[in-house]
Order: sequence, then C-alpha cells, then structure tokens
Amino acid sequence: MTTPNEIDLKEYLDNGKILSVVLAGVGGQGTLIAGKLLGIVAMKLGMDVKVSEVHGMSQRGGSVITYVRMGKEVFSPIIDPGTADYCLVFEALESIRWASLLKAEGTMIISSQQIKPLPVLLGKEAYPTEICGQLQKASAGHARIIEVDAITAALSTGSAKAVNMVMLGALSVFTHIPLQIWEDSIEEAFSTKPKLVPMNRKAFQLGRDLVQ
Amino acid sequence: MKQILLGNEAVARGAFEAGVKVISSYPGTPSTEITESAAAFERIHCEWATNEKVGMEVAIGASIRGARAMSCMKHVGVNVAADPLFTASYIGVSGGLVVVAADDPGMHSSQNEQDSRHYARAAKVPMLEPSDSKECKEFAIKAFELSEKYDTPVMLRLHTRVSHSRSLVELCEPRDITVKPYEKNVGKYVMMPGMAIKRHVEVEKRMIATANDSSDFPTEIGLHKEIIGSPDLGIITSGAAYNYVREALPEASVLKLGMIWPLPEALIRSFAAKVKRLVVVEELDPFFEKEIAAMGIHCEGKSLFSLNGEYSTDMIRAALSDDPTPEKAIDPSALPAAPGRPPVMCAGCPHKGLFMALSRMKVQVTGDIGCYTLGALPPTSAMDACVCMGASIGMAHGFDKATDGMDSGKTVAVIGDSTFLHSGITNLLNAVYNRSNITVIILDNSITGMTGHQQNASTGFDIRLAPAPAVNLEKLCESVGVTSIRTFDPVDTALAQTVIKEEINKTGVSVIIARRPCALIPSGKGNKNEVTRVNKDICTACGQCIRIMCPALTAGDDKKPVIDPETCNSCGLCINVCKFGALSKGGVS
Repeated sequence: MTTPNEIDLKEYLDNGKILSVVLAGVGGQGTLIAGKLLGIVAMKLGMDVKVSEVHGMSQRGGSVITYVRMGKEVFSPIIDPGTADYCLVFEALESIRWASLLKAEGTMIISSQQIKPLPVLLGKEAYPTEICGQLQKASAGHARIIEVDAITAALSTGSAKAVNMVMLGALSVFTHIPLQIWEDSIEEAFSTKPKLVPMNRKAFQLGRDLVQ
Repeated sequence: MKQILLGNEAVARGAFEAGVKVISSYPGTPSTEITESAAAFERIHCEWATNEKVGMEVAIGASIRGARAMSCMKHVGVNVAADPLFTASYIGVSGGLVVVAADDPGMHSSQNEQDSRHYARAAKVPMLEPSDSKECKEFAIKAFELSEKYDTPVMLRLHTRVSHSRSLVELCEPRDITVKPYEKNVGKYVMMPGMAIKRHVEVEKRMIATANDSSDFPTEIGLHKEIIGSPDLGIITSGAAYNYVREALPEASVLKLGMIWPLPEALIRSFAAKVKRLVVVEELDPFFEKEIAAMGIHCEGKSLFSLNGEYSTDMIRAALSDDPTPEKAIDPSALPAAPGRPPVMCAGCPHKGLFMALSRMKVQVTGDIGCYTLGALPPTSAMDACVCMGASIGMAHGFDKATDGMDSGKTVAVIGDSTFLHSGITNLLNAVYNRSNITVIILDNSITGMTGHQQNASTGFDIRLAPAPAVNLEKLCESVGVTSIRTFDPVDTALAQTVIKEEINKTGVSVIIARRPCALIPSGKGNKNEVTRVNKDICTACGQCIRIMCPALTAGDDKKPVIDPETCNSCGLCINVCKFGALSKGGVS
C-alpha cells in the first residue's frame, strides 16, 4: 500500500509525484475551510499546491466538492477519475457519487452522517443502504474504505461545524505529515477567529482517535 | 512573502499593487470575490455598481480623469457593459483601465457559456488570460501597464477554475496611487463622428503595434510561455486548459498564450515550424484555431475536442496520448445510482412561500436571475421562462401584447431587488408607457443573495458595510407611473394568493413587493426560541408541510414531520400550511 509516510512526502516533493485529496460533502459542511487548511499544510511543507472550489450553489444544500493537489509543481487544480490518493467524504451518500475519483490503491474516509437529498425526501428515490459494504464490494480490493462517526465526535466538541476538522484529523493518521504542521496550520486557518482554535484542535484530535 | 490566494483575490492583489484607485463592479459568479477582496484595501475606492454598464462607465470616467481603474464582471455581464466598452476602445485611457471578464465553461453558475474572447476581437482591445493565482496577480499588474503603454482598455479573461482555485502568490510592495493632472482633450474623449473617425484610425494602428510587439513578449515581459519538448506534437493553449495540457502531455511542446488578443503571429509561426503536428487546445469556441488557420498555418482543434463544457486532463490524454487511463479503485457501474442533490431554497427562504402561492395559482411566471430561479424546479415548478438580468418584466409585457391582453390575468413577472435595480427599472417604465396590463412581483430580500450576499442600492449599506442611502422601492415604482403598489410578507402564502389574484385582475401595471430578508443575513435570522414545534397528537401525517421542501423539516418513519432545530429559521411557513394546527412556534416538542 503506497501511503505517503514521512519518507514518501520527500518523494512527492522531489520526484514530481502529486498528492491529491478530494473533499466531498453537502453545502454548509465546511469542505471549503478544510481545503483551505490543506493548502496551508502544503505551503508549510514547502510544496506547490492548488485548491479548487466550486462556489455559487454551495450554500443551497447542493453537492459540493473541493480538490487539493500538492507536490513539487502542480498544474491542474482538478482531480480526474482514478487519481485521488484520498477521498474525505463528509456525507455517506456522497461517497457513491464521487467513488470513481479514487485511485486503485487510494484511501476513502467516509463520515456516516446522512443528509437526505430532495428526491429522497419526496419519496421518489431511496437513500442507499450499506454504503460502505457496497463500496468495498465494488472495489478491486486494493483500496482502503473506512467509515467514521465524525458527526458525533464533532458534536462532542460543541458544534456540528467541527466535522471538517474531525475528517482532517482522520486523514492526518494516514499521511504522517508532522503533527506540528497540522497544529500550526489550524492556528493559521483560524487566525482571524482565534477563539475557535481550541475547539478545532480538539475535533482534529478526536478525528485521529477515530481511526487509530 | 508567499500567500495562498484564490485567483480572484490575486487579481485584487495585483490591482492593489498596481496602484488602482477606483473599482466599480456588479457581482456575478465567478467574478464576485475580486471586488469584495479589493474592498479590504482601504486606499482603493471600491463599490457595487447598479449594473455592469454603470460599473464600466465609472471606471472609464476615473481613467479619463487620470486614475487607474477597474471593472469586474462575469461573462454575461460584458453583454451589459458592451456599449461603453466598444467606444472606450476608441477613447483609450489616461490612467490604466482594466476590464475583468470571468467566463464559466461548464456553467457552474450561469445561464450560458459564452466565450468572452470574441469581445476583445470585436471591441479591438487587448486581452490577457492567466492560468493560476500567481499569474492572476502578475497579469493584472501587466494589464494596467499595457493599458497605459498602448492607450487602450485591457481585458483580463478569467475562468471559473482560475477564479475559484487557490495557489501560491508572492506578495510585493504596492505602487503609490497616482492621479495624473487633468487635461481636457475633446478629440480623444468626446466621441462624435468627426473625432471618432480619427480615433478609429488610431485603434487600428494600436492593434497592429500590439500584435507585432506581442511576439516579443515571452522575453520582454513574460506574458507568453514557450516550452520546447518533443517535436512530434506542439500544443497552442491558454488559461485553465494549459494546466490540463501540461498534466496530460508532459512530453509535448507547448506555446502558452498569455495575451490572447491580438495574437502574436510571428511567435505562432516560429512555434508551428518547430513541431510536426500542431494542435490547438481551447475550451468553448475555436477562436485561436480559426485565427491560426487564417494565418495559413495548418492546425487541428475542434475535430478532436468539444465545443461544450470544461476540458480535463483525462480528455486531453484520451485525444492525444497513448498513456493509459488511470485505474480506478471502485467500479462505479457496480454501485447503486446516487440520488441527485439539486440545490433547494434554504430554511427560512422568503422566496419559498411566494413560489408555493404561484404554484397553487397555476399562473404563468416570467422569471429572472437569482436564487429564486430555483422556483422553476420541483416542488413548486412555478416558472415559465428565464433569460437574463431584468428580462422578466419585458417578457411579461410581451405575453400581454402577444395576446392582446388575454394572458395578463394569468401572467406575473418575478424579479429580485438587486436584479430590479440592475435592469428592471427601465423595463417597468416601458411597460407603464406602453399601456401594459402586467403584474410584477419584486422579491425584496434586502440583499444580492445568489452571488453570496452583496449589498445593493436598496439595502442601506455600501460594500464595506458602512451605512448608505437606500432607495425606496415603492416610491421608485410610483415615480415611473405604477398606480397599484402593494407590499406584504410572503411567508403568509394565503395572503400572497389573495394579493396576487387581486392585482392580476386589475388593468394597468401592478407591482407587488414581497418583502422579507434573506434567511442567511443577520436581519433575516429567526428567533431560536420560536423554532417550529410539532404536536404529534394532532398531526395527521398529511404531508403538506413535507412538500414545502424545507431543509429543516423531514419526514420521520411515521411520516410525521421532524424539525431540525439547528437548521430551522423560525419563519413559520410550515405552520401556515398546516391545516390541522399541528405545528406551532416555540421550540422542539
């Protein structure tokens, strides 16, 4: 399994490999802030980075996706099918929508939270069941697919909004990016709202605990 | 110091470093954040203009008076601003004048995917196109320099993937703001035939000079980039597409155009001579391809690529490389289909109640641009047409005249407050003047909502949230000659139906102002102690409240409503639609 550990990170910097992270969810779940934070992480690692966001519909309950790509030199801000090293999925059903992005030996971390979309609420379509199991069955077996209860962890810090930090905490276990870099990045990302730093730090740690 | 900036923030940073004095823009995705983030620099006069034409004219005035000025808009905004743009081209500049046009291939948030490059050619002005945030900043600065060097407005073309991607930008010290001494110059600034005839000659000379100089730009000022790789394949490209080309075809030779109009013919010729096969990779129209073909240079382009939507690394690899497609971890065909997640009106959205009323009344609705265009989708499906900013009123008038007034009793126009001020006023005046019998509903939610909550001339605040004069919509409508003007809160759907019914049956032009602030702005936030409470003993599970499709209200296993108190905005719309009195204000049951 090619999980970038500290040695691999150097390889990403020197050998032109690109680390691609997908952040998928529903408008309002904080994927944009998570993307911004990953951008700061990359900058602190001395990497080139591109973060692509889709604005506009994001506040109106639509499906939203943010792409983060880092490495020595990054051209495209977009992650194509079969090229994502990590998919962080903030809402269970979204993992099906974006499943094709994951590369053969990639890792997908899914928050088990369900936010029912309009066609389901109207009773026109059914919310898929046993999502994690279905994904595992449809994968060739090389990929890692992990389900976490990120929303309960976030709520325990006092806000559902911290779910993005829980997810990044879970991701941090797999990337082995030095913990100090994550902590400094959280501080920088919330530099205009320092009051939020302790809660987000706590959520990040809870995310690590979920997968360790 | 390096910072990670959104492309739009980098354009604002570039304008700041270039010493821009005035920025006047109308919001439009994906351009909005340029003017918004420029407003953080206190020394720049930033403003939300009432529309793009106004914004452009403010910038032209500031430029003539000697200051560097900029106006930013989305691609369709250029249509509105095209009139001043074409003549500003003749006038040229005193202080540098930059016009930003943000295109939206793939239509992430637009009604069409027009290609702004045609405007540069048609208006005879140079156009630059950056491919990432670093270039956004650098090209914005260069645009001001070129504008003054060649005495012309310069367009900066952006793309959703450039505007809304973050990458690293080196911040530099800003230039001082300088405003040149004013010089009256009737021959240059007053465009009447006698003067314009002479100015047109200058325009043509300028474009030839710019085109010739452009071939020297790679070394001179770093706008174009020539990467010599394999001689077997040469790609000519620009902007967002350049990034996909470099990823998909790392071996290929690439000529990346930084100034995309006028084209550097000598540079293109020399590049073409270095490669065996020449392919143009450009999203949307075959703009470069046709120009290069007209130079007598053989190239391929749209025979390989689509005229529609965005390109990707995958698409370019498939067309031009033998490299295999990356292997996916998960076979999507083995998965169930993911139910769609169409955007819905927010919890507490004031448009929801109004569209429910329109839906029940089965009237014909001519629509407009804004969040409320979602009224065209289920569950309300209450919109018949939507074209562009301000068109709803003109279209309703057209319905009236096409049927000799037969349809006026069943047709309404709906338009938001910002859209009405943008280009609805002249339409309303026209309807009054031409003896229309239409009913216009102004959805006044006290903000420009769709683009992410910008202030406008009716909200009482300016771009920096300082108090500003607010137009009175009732008085405005009265002054253009509307005789019947009613205002109500659209959360009361029964009242909405009564008022609309009365007004559509009147002769003459009626205006109904449906007034309630957007649920996402401070004045629209509901009282958290008044979130809806469900009395399950009274509820009959009829489903009426579920059908309003409020994100705060879902059906439980017993088909009875469950309220999410975090999301509920206490608007009371669900309470109004319940026939059994099972819902009430005052907290979760």
